[in-house]
Amino acid sequence: MINAVYQLTAPRLLEVTYKEMPLDKNSVIIRPLKLSICHADQRYYQGTRSQSVLKKKLPMALIHECVAQVVYDPTGTFKPGDKVIPIPNTPTEQDDVIAENYLYTSRFRASGFDGFLQDYVSCAPDRLVKLPDGVNTTVAAFSELISVSVHAISRYEKIAHSRRKKVGIWGDGNLGFITALLFSYIAPESDLYILGANQEKLSYFTFAKETYHVDHIPEGFNVDHAFECVGGAGSRSAINQIIDYINPEGTISIMGVSENFVDINTRMILEKGLRMFGSSRSGREDFEKTVELLEAHPELSHYLENIVGEEIPVATISDIHEAFRIDYSRNFGKTVMTWNK
Amino acid sequence: MIIAAVLAGGKGSRMGNTETPKQYMMLGSRPIIVHTVEKFFVNPDIDKVVVLCPNVWVKQTQDLISKYIGETDKISVISGGASRNDTLMCAIDFVETNYGLDDDTILLTHDAVRPFVTHRIINDNIEAVRKYGACDTVWGATDTIVESVDGEVISNIPERKNMYQGQTPQSFKAKRLKEICNSLTEAEKEILTDACKIYTLKGEPVSLVKGEVFNIKITYPYDLKMAGILLEGVKADD
Repeated sequence: MINAVYQLTAPRLLEVTYKEMPLDKNSVIIRPLKLSICHADQRYYQGTRSQSVLKKKLPMALIHECVAQVVYDPTGTFKPGDKVIPIPNTPTEQDDVIAENYLYTSRFRASGFDGFLQDYVSCAPDRLVKLPDGVNTTVAAFSELISVSVHAISRYEKIAHSRRKKVGIWGDGNLGFITALLFSYIAPESDLYILGANQEKLSYFTFAKETYHVDHIPEGFNVDHAFECVGGAGSRSAINQIIDYINPEGTISIMGVSENFVDINTRMILEKGLRMFGSSRSGREDFEKTVELLEAHPELSHYLENIVGEEIPVATISDIHEAFRIDYSRNFGKTVMTWNK
Repeated sequence: MIIAAVLAGGKGSRMGNTETPKQYMMLGSRPIIVHTVEKFFVNPDIDKVVVLCPNVWVKQTQDLISKYIGETDKISVISGGASRNDTLMCAIDFVETNYGLDDDTILLTHDAVRPFVTHRIINDNIEAVRKYGACDTVWGATDTIVESVDGEVISNIPERKNMYQGQTPQSFKAKRLKEICNSLTEAEKEILTDACKIYTLKGEPVSLVKGEVFNIKITYPYDLKMAGILLEGVKADD
């Protein structure tokens, strides 16, 4: 079968290309229903990655956040029409110690190979998680991003010491919002504090105990553990502020991506005996937990629906450009494309 | 019930020096017809795929389907007729005999040599038939269409914005298609080679479904080269 693949061939240049998709007895064919744009997609689209990275990775279909529908499944795992979340991380080996999203050999959609911007996508059945009926598909479109938060929180639960009365989340963007929201459900016993640079965005965190502007943190404030969800140019100040406010032996979860090296106060990390761990991407377990949470707590979807800035029907390549343009001009929230190409 | 009829009736006389009907030429790793049939085979809204090909090619077409797709009762290969209309009637007869015809039986007819058809085009066809009874897949004309009745001088240049190029699928409510085709005289059958045209002349609505510029028909050696280039620069086996 010939599949239409919508690739980014150069920054801001999308072209349709055609690839053979043989019907393989071990692969499920799915069709994207809704696709969500991530900052990582924008960095390729806008050409803000380094020239050498762009040269190596393009042409490539973007998008690694998606909800899809099963079209054809010779493996018998799913029924045609089943809604599924495809997992962009694609391991090529089994490792009992290292998680699938940290294996050097794993490939990742819209980073190492074509993402979901395609007429059909062929996946191994273990790369698909069934979405129960009733879960909002617009929210499910960015369940990959939610699963990244779930992944970091799960690791925090294994790594952080048991005094977890006060937890701070630095970052008032999408990642901060989703991580904070999920944390409030997974660990409701902890008091959650949000620290951000934008008062309006902070007002969205209605479920937190308190929100503080990073320039006006009250005296005596401290947290037992913290999550950094800032990334980019703000990473340095966020991480160093966490180091200042965190209690001894606290754990810092680093989640924000930065293109540059970040100077951090290692002396205080040593002095306070802090633990710092990084998280990136997610694996099947995290997707399953995400779907369980969305199903068990329907109100979670209401919160998450609120951060969808726009849902854009996509029937032409121009519509994809428009979606990226709208997404780029937004300072908060997710842009979801309804796939009708 | 929704049936896709893949029409592989032609002998491919237009394809360069080769005697092979063009739908059996390789494109990438498999014959064109296999690529096309697979699109309808995997679509869960399509209940059955009927491939209509020249009588002498039935067995070989079955062989190709077994080889590339595997054994399945979703696909049947039958012999088509002498003309496109006859082939259409063969498809309808096959459906009627095996599954019966009712008001909800939808028939999608598609050229075997258009392997680039997409999921969206197929599903838009089904939706359009449900709404209008018949539809034609089209793409807005990019070239100006010039009409000449005598082949010597221009008789008309229609406004381009109203012109479309016909692609496939063309889709119909099968029962109505049969009634309309049966109402044609022998003389009409000779001239009316396009089912959508028959509908239009009989005053039946045919809705437009947007095709794709790349939903090309592989007719000439040039098209096969172009299809090969589209397919990741895979060299066409011409």
